[in-house]
Amino acid sequence: MTDPILSVRNLNVTYLSSRATLNAVRNVSFDIGREKVAIVGESGSGKSTVGRAVVRLLTPSAKITADRMDFEGKNLLSLSERKMQDVRGRRISMILQDPKYSLNPVVTVGEQVTEAYRVHNKVPHKEAKERALAQLASVQIRDPAHVYDLYPHEVSGGMGQRIMIAMMLIPEPSLIIADEPTSALDVTVKLQVLAILDDLVRDRGIGLMFISHDLNLVQSFCDRVLIMYAGQVVEELRGDELGDAKHDYTKGLLASLPRIGDRRGRLSVLDRKDSWSMPVEKRP
Amino acid sequence: MRRGLEAMMISNAGILRTRFGTGLSLVASILVTLFGLLALTFVIGRVMPVDPVLAIIGDEANQETYNRVYQQLGLDQPIYVQFFRYVSDMVQGNFGVAILTGKPVIDDIIRVFPATVELATLAIIFGAGVGIPLGVYAATKRDRLADHIIRFLTLIGYSTPVFWLGLIGLILFYAKLGWSGGTGRVEIYYTGIVQPITGFLLIDSAITGEWDVFWSAARNIWLPAVILGTSSMAYISRMTRSFMLEQLSQEYVITARIKGLSARQVVWRHAFLNIRVQLVTIVALAYGSLLEGAVLIETVFSWPGFGAYLTSNLMIGDMNAVMACVLLVGILFIGLNLLSDILYRVFDPRTRS
Amino acid sequence: MTVDTRQNLTLRQWMTTEEVTNGRQAFVQKVYWGAVGFLQNPLALIGLAVIVVLLLVAAFAPLIATHDPLAQDLGAALQPPSAAHYFGTDELGRDIFSRIVFGSRITLYIVMLVSVIVGPIGMAVGMTAGYFGGWTDKVLMRVTDIFLSFPSLVLALAFAAALGPGLENAVIAIALTAWPPIARLARAETMTIRSSDFIAAATLQGAGSIRILRHYIFPLCLPSVIVRITLNMAGIILTAAGLGFLGLGAQPPAPEWGAMTSAGRRFMLDSWWVVTMPGSAILIVSLAFNLFGDGLRDFLDPRHGR
Ligand SMILES: Nc1ncnc2c1ncn2[C@@H]1O[C@H](COP(=O)(O)OP(=O)(O)OP(=O)(O)O)[C@@H](O)[C@H]1O
Ligand SMILES: [Mg+2]
Repeated sequence: MTDPILSVRNLNVTYLSSRATLNAVRNVSFDIGREKVAIVGESGSGKSTVGRAVVRLLTPSAKITADRMDFEGKNLLSLSERKMQDVRGRRISMILQDPKYSLNPVVTVGEQVTEAYRVHNKVPHKEAKERALAQLASVQIRDPAHVYDLYPHEVSGGMGQRIMIAMMLIPEPSLIIADEPTSALDVTVKLQVLAILDDLVRDRGIGLMFISHDLNLVQSFCDRVLIMYAGQVVEELRGDELGDAKHDYTKGLLASLPRIGDRRGRLSVLDRKDSWSMPVEKRP
Repeated sequence: MRRGLEAMMISNAGILRTRFGTGLSLVASILVTLFGLLALTFVIGRVMPVDPVLAIIGDEANQETYNRVYQQLGLDQPIYVQFFRYVSDMVQGNFGVAILTGKPVIDDIIRVFPATVELATLAIIFGAGVGIPLGVYAATKRDRLADHIIRFLTLIGYSTPVFWLGLIGLILFYAKLGWSGGTGRVEIYYTGIVQPITGFLLIDSAITGEWDVFWSAARNIWLPAVILGTSSMAYISRMTRSFMLEQLSQEYVITARIKGLSARQVVWRHAFLNIRVQLVTIVALAYGSLLEGAVLIETVFSWPGFGAYLTSNLMIGDMNAVMACVLLVGILFIGLNLLSDILYRVFDPRTRS
Repeated sequence: MTVDTRQNLTLRQWMTTEEVTNGRQAFVQKVYWGAVGFLQNPLALIGLAVIVVLLLVAAFAPLIATHDPLAQDLGAALQPPSAAHYFGTDELGRDIFSRIVFGSRITLYIVMLVSVIVGPIGMAVGMTAGYFGGWTDKVLMRVTDIFLSFPSLVLALAFAAALGPGLENAVIAIALTAWPPIARLARAETMTIRSSDFIAAATLQGAGSIRILRHYIFPLCLPSVIVRITLNMAGIILTAAGLGFLGLGAQPPAPEWGAMTSAGRRFMLDSWWVVTMPGSAILIVSLAFNLFGDGLRDFLDPRHGR
């Protein structure tokens, strides 16, 4: 691992409501350097909550605590909201799942990319627009000038996701959180988007937090994998060492994956154990 | 689905759901609605009253007038012939003669209408100008004290009888504080100085340079306008809050926050753009229902507009004039409906392609 | 109520547990959380309390009133509020407090009567349109739209003018303008219910249209229609007061609040109480219905809001 850009120790997130409190994330610790780190886990295990806690964009009902949440030498939890706005977009940005919903439907996609640049760089609109066009081209959009003036409903899902990536890259952040960026895309488009993300990490040396529930995908795509279950990280492995998993949950997940050339008649089903939800050890 | 008061506010108003089609179907749809309006006013004005002739000429007319009107209405004819006559009269703008003024109803309406439009326009500017920011603010402070206070105040505004508020306003701002002029459009001694050009007294007096009249008119109009605007302010702010909450839970709001925009910038640069369409409809609708308030407020403030004309004709039971007014309100509503439909297309890119 | 005893849950636990075992429990939980939300909403409770007080006042008006609401005493005209006359007296020396107390009966009378008329009309139109669809639907909804294209007070004015002034005619006029939203709601509900499986099953068993409408669709439409009517009551009160103010509602000397406000106008500059008191009564009651209706939303849809 390279020097960590983001270092998180014992992150806890609690959703408070009038009925109950929900410990959505419990004592999660990890480091991310200039590499691709995956967070996998089933639906509701708290992956998105971790991602959004890092940029402090959870609903007001969520309480975030951590022993440490250091990013480029700053403690994100102690930053003022004003300072946090400088971090968002410029240093850390985030790609959401479905461009159909994550782009503003009544603003042209080009303006949305331009705005992302202008939030952090006080330049004339014309200059920002040129940057945006260049950025659109860099995510393999063929006719940026044409695409610039389209509205989100006029672009395809894959194109929308590339626009989203362009928008998030334009202020040149050092960490990108991608929350299931390919789940809403079909297979061929998915591969294109992954290739773009892959190039980013390699060429620009940025860190990528890749949230997914596709174990197959992450084991070939990511350097390291955190497995989450019921709000906790139950195991941390290198992508290429996933086969050596020790935790029952991870093994169970791997066993339930379909494999080509496998002769077994039916896939195994997870046999859940209560012990998996027991608190794991804290990290110093 | 929206529930509770907001749902009721929307569905009690027809305007919101009739999205007209385009082209031919648009024209057809408007014609059918107009025809329906005529049928309804025909039933109210000519079929429901026990003696439609008396309903038009009043009790005191002599036998000769009675016979003449009886002939005119063709009451000896079958009902569909009467209806046909009625429709053709209305289409030609022939609404009959008003007993009160002895002039054609249509001329009367053209004369009094600008006073109401002037009042209603200022009222809607107040209502939207205060209501929209208030609603947006309440949405951003959801479930916090400010939100509760705003919601409660708007509910009071929505529950207050407008005629009573007008009276209280007169007691307070005219009699006690002297901040506003009394009733009517200007002080008595200024009436008749400015000849109507546009019919809007504020504009006419400014054009002709009669600044004394202008100031007197301004002193007299602000109070009825604010009071008339209060209930639409309450309505607009509640709807704005509800629309805004819906937008603030959308994913694109997160996207905009991630870019580094402040919560406030996200509200005005992103979420607000998405509620423009709905706001336009709501404001058009509120403008239409201001006519309802105008009937009461004009009575309170002796405002010589359309509402006062309608009520004074109601008092003497001149159904010709009353039905003409009612028809006009209906047509106005259709017009507003159409307008909001057009603006809808302008503001929402998704309807264009 | 029988509770799932296998797990030895208390009733409260059964109503709040996350592990729902059947549809009935899910329904009871929904109502429970709704009721909890309603009780935690102080404004809705205040609204409910005011409505209850209004009902009590109307029921026991003769006991509560201090004077005969119609008794004139010209010697004691336009007296300010005092121990003898809590809200003062009007231009004919009548006790305003007692008139307001008795006026609550008129207000409730209008609200109830309008609701009783509007419900069946709205449901009949809406259910017919929604169930039969096609041209029936088109025609009925077009008629509904036409009624909706007037502000309700203006249309009520027109009806009241055609029918002549008077309390009963005012009720009819308001009812004639208040049914379209109910019809729209009943239509929407009917359309959802119509497409469900149990209606298909009933049809297969040979149930006729009338039978399906009466026995299957009507009971399912009823709750939401009742709720909507409750929500409309504040509007009905204001329209009725407006008609009264314009002289088209209850006729003098009946102590109708809108008419009282109107009568007080000539004296209001010297005697503020003659308009302030009856107007406040209208405001408080219509506000109460609005607060109650607003709280009802959370009660009906617990997920909404928090
Ligand atoms: N705003 C919220 N208020 C209350 N609880 C929430 C909120 N958002 C998420 N949760 C709860 O927190 C837990 C974790 O949710 P989260 O969205 O982080 O899961 P996830 O792993 O991203 O799931 P998915 O794969 O479905 O996206 C879930 O139990 C969820 O119900
Ligand atoms: Mg998620």
